[in-house]
Amino acid sequence: MARFRVNGVEQELDIEPDMPLLWALRDELGLKGTKFGCGVAACGACTVQVNGNPVRSCVTPVSAIEGSDVKTIEGLATNVGGITAVQQAWIDHQVPQCGYCQSGMIMAVSALLESNPSPSDADIDGAITNVCRCGTYPRIRRAIKSLTATA
Amino acid sequence: MTISRRRFILGTTVVGGGLLIGYASTRPSKHSIANRDAGEQPYLTTWLRISPDNTVTVIVPHSEMGQGILTSLPMMAADEMDADWDMVHVEQAPATDLFANGVLVKGFAESLGVSVPGFLNGVAAAGAMKIAEIMNMQITGGSSSVRFTGEQGMRVAGAAAREMLIKAAAARLDVPESELSTSLSYVRHSASGRTLSYGELASDAARFEPASAPRLKDPKDFTLMGKSIPRIDIPAKVDGTALYGIDAEAPGMLYAAVRTSPVFGNKLSSVNADVALQRRGVVKVIELDNAVAVVADNYWRAKQALAALDIRFEETANNQVTTQSIYAQYDDALLGELSKDVEEGDAAAALADAQSVVEATYRVPYLAHAAMEPMNCTVHFHDGKCDVWTGTQDNLGIRGRVAKIAEMDENDVTMHAFYLGGGFGRRLPTDTNTIDQATLIAKHFDVPVKTLWSREDDIQQDYYRPAVTSKFRGGFDANNQLIAWENHYIGKNEPAEAAHTPYAIPNKHIAYAESETHVPFGAWRSVAHSQHTFFLESFVDELAHRSGQNPYQFRLNMLADKPRHAAVLKAAAERAGWERNLAPGRAQGIALQESFGSIVAQVAEVSITEAGQVRVHRVTCAIDCGRSINPDTVASQAESGVIFGLTAALYGEITIDQGRVMQNNFTDYEMITLQDAPEIDIVTVESGEALGGMGEPATPPIAAAVANAVYILTGQRVRELPLKNYRFTAVPNESAV
Ligand code: FES
Ligand code: FES
Repeated sequence: MARFRVNGVEQELDIEPDMPLLWALRDELGLKGTKFGCGVAACGACTVQVNGNPVRSCVTPVSAIEGSDVKTIEGLATNVGGITAVQQAWIDHQVPQCGYCQSGMIMAVSALLESNPSPSDADIDGAITNVCRCGTYPRIRRAIKSLTATA
Repeated sequence: MTISRRRFILGTTVVGGGLLIGYASTRPSKHSIANRDAGEQPYLTTWLRISPDNTVTVIVPHSEMGQGILTSLPMMAADEMDADWDMVHVEQAPATDLFANGVLVKGFAESLGVSVPGFLNGVAAAGAMKIAEIMNMQITGGSSSVRFTGEQGMRVAGAAAREMLIKAAAARLDVPESELSTSLSYVRHSASGRTLSYGELASDAARFEPASAPRLKDPKDFTLMGKSIPRIDIPAKVDGTALYGIDAEAPGMLYAAVRTSPVFGNKLSSVNADVALQRRGVVKVIELDNAVAVVADNYWRAKQALAALDIRFEETANNQVTTQSIYAQYDDALLGELSKDVEEGDAAAALADAQSVVEATYRVPYLAHAAMEPMNCTVHFHDGKCDVWTGTQDNLGIRGRVAKIAEMDENDVTMHAFYLGGGFGRRLPTDTNTIDQATLIAKHFDVPVKTLWSREDDIQQDYYRPAVTSKFRGGFDANNQLIAWENHYIGKNEPAEAAHTPYAIPNKHIAYAESETHVPFGAWRSVAHSQHTFFLESFVDELAHRSGQNPYQFRLNMLADKPRHAAVLKAAAERAGWERNLAPGRAQGIALQESFGSIVAQVAEVSITEAGQVRVHRVTCAIDCGRSINPDTVASQAESGVIFGLTAALYGEITIDQGRVMQNNFTDYEMITLQDAPEIDIVTVESGEALGGMGEPATPPIAAAVANAVYILTGQRVRELPLKNYRFTAVPNESAV
């Protein structure tokens, strides 16, 4: 049995301990907001937060997060149906194109700003290594900057 | 009679006038998709529906893959009909022949330089609709949605709807049409102060025949077109609720993981299926012609079981192919007989007489699309019918493909549309290996089966942008004037004009040789422009330097009869501050090309890192796409196009060894990330000319712009990509001109 919390809800799943969190979330719990992009920790599309830290769920076996708090894009905003400042900045700057990478992007950026509210460009480059095949990077940087300026 | 109340304006609406279908029934008819769930809402045209609550629904026959089409097309219709944007809803058109994209088919074919196939010529005159039915396309590609469906469909439909609403209001109020005006979804009679909402008028309006050529607005009267309207698909893409094909969910669904012969074209010889069947969750192992599929109750279990199998494929002559053998084959082909592309003047004679001749050979490798959402398709066979859930650039085309593979009638196949996690050409109906597999696998079941490819499958089983070799000779006369241009290249592809240079050169000879390989190829963002613009704009740059001329001025001098090109080139150079105030260690390169009806010039500002790698700091991108419908979308497509082309220039390389692709994942098929993404500065030149596309035209010039800057920094001419394969040394104070 794998036991952990997802967006505040206790989960108990009869799955193999080596099943990556990504597939537990998507195929067992039906949470489709977390995306599969590469399966080898090389793109960040699957980024979720485990105890507040950004984690690439495609290479994180559920055994490694036993008892942890997992937050996915679906649980990012605490106000029901609402969105966070990061999500609002993404709308304001019209960041997403195909949108497929953006759940992971937003989870990674949210974790960064949580731990470092005014990151430098180097901090941003170091922390946000996610791939966006549509090339939304100029807008991602602008959106992050807009959040740090007001922070 | 119900049937007489259905009106399809076909004979009166020829191709140029747009694809417009007036529909004036409130009675459901099983032949009309318009009534699928319409209740009592009358449809005015296939593309527009006005409801009694005064909302306008615009039905979009294209796929949203991040290019903003779900916003731009409805803007065009809503603007012409003076609809209140806040009351506009958007729906994806279902994949049925009624929504087929005939206007686009013709425009697309023409823009690619391909004529509408001969057997369709007679049909073309009878109405675009017919072409689409026969060609069976609902395609999103060729940067064409706004240009064709938008200009010829949406705007016409919107304007026709407005005229019908005015007619209805005139009758209702008993006033002349000329006393009525429209705005924000109301018809107003200013003399009496009376107003009627579109919703109130909709059913009356539906009684009038839609005009086939209604009066379109003058651009100065646009209220929506030309404004940066926030995209309607974005909110769902920030809160995780946007659904892609990979997210399809159906009761009882199973998951398939597949291993396909890594050597293209080779067949399966054996597999020890029992090993997989013993594992948890595995339901079945299916042998396909060239692949093995493991079907399980969870994707990861299927994938794990697949990895445990010993799968053998046959060996054929294809196993001998390598990148080197392909290039050698290309070189041989270029020495053989060539087919004519362009012949102007007498290039051979001019080269023979030339004072000096410059020669160069260029190459680019195969490239994979690597759309962010791995390829997938969910198929459910039940009760003699079939449901398909996938994101595609052509729902109608994929419906036809599934029907063909499953040997069913197309009308028994229902497509469920999704957002696309990237397309770039990979999700066109020419590239259906995933769809084919998913269909064949699902045929074994009466529950839905989701076939999902890993990133490795995606990179190793793509339809690749072809590798190309291109040889040039340029000749100067005694006055240092470029008098001859000779270019021999491999593989004429689409668009037909991709290897044509815009510059005025008196003698041109352009020819090509076909050289087939076993590597599947397909359309990759900007198609053949992506290779040829690198060749053309690098070689022009070589010619400029070799004749001691400034590369910007050299180009400009040869654009006297191409004022739009010249204006775009100037706009890019001016905005970038061409060769002015550059920081030490930096240089600029410039490149220009027209593609898909838009002209783009780019200036790249580049330096060489200590590790000898290329660093692109800033890209200035000037665009003339005629008119911008949604300027912010134009900008985001330009940014995206630049990054896509730059990723290829810096890192993109698919190599072949022993007949198979050697790259696996983003670890060895690298992508630009935030840290190496340049600043991008967009300048639009609003020429007011015919609309050009924006999904692709920003991709072609960037590789040459960067390589041309590298030459100034290092004195080394880059004639093969990608740039990651070089270790450059910056030559200090070296100024090439
Ligand atoms: S899917 Fe996990 S990092 Fe790419
Ligand atoms: S928005 Fe398409 S991959 Fe990032």
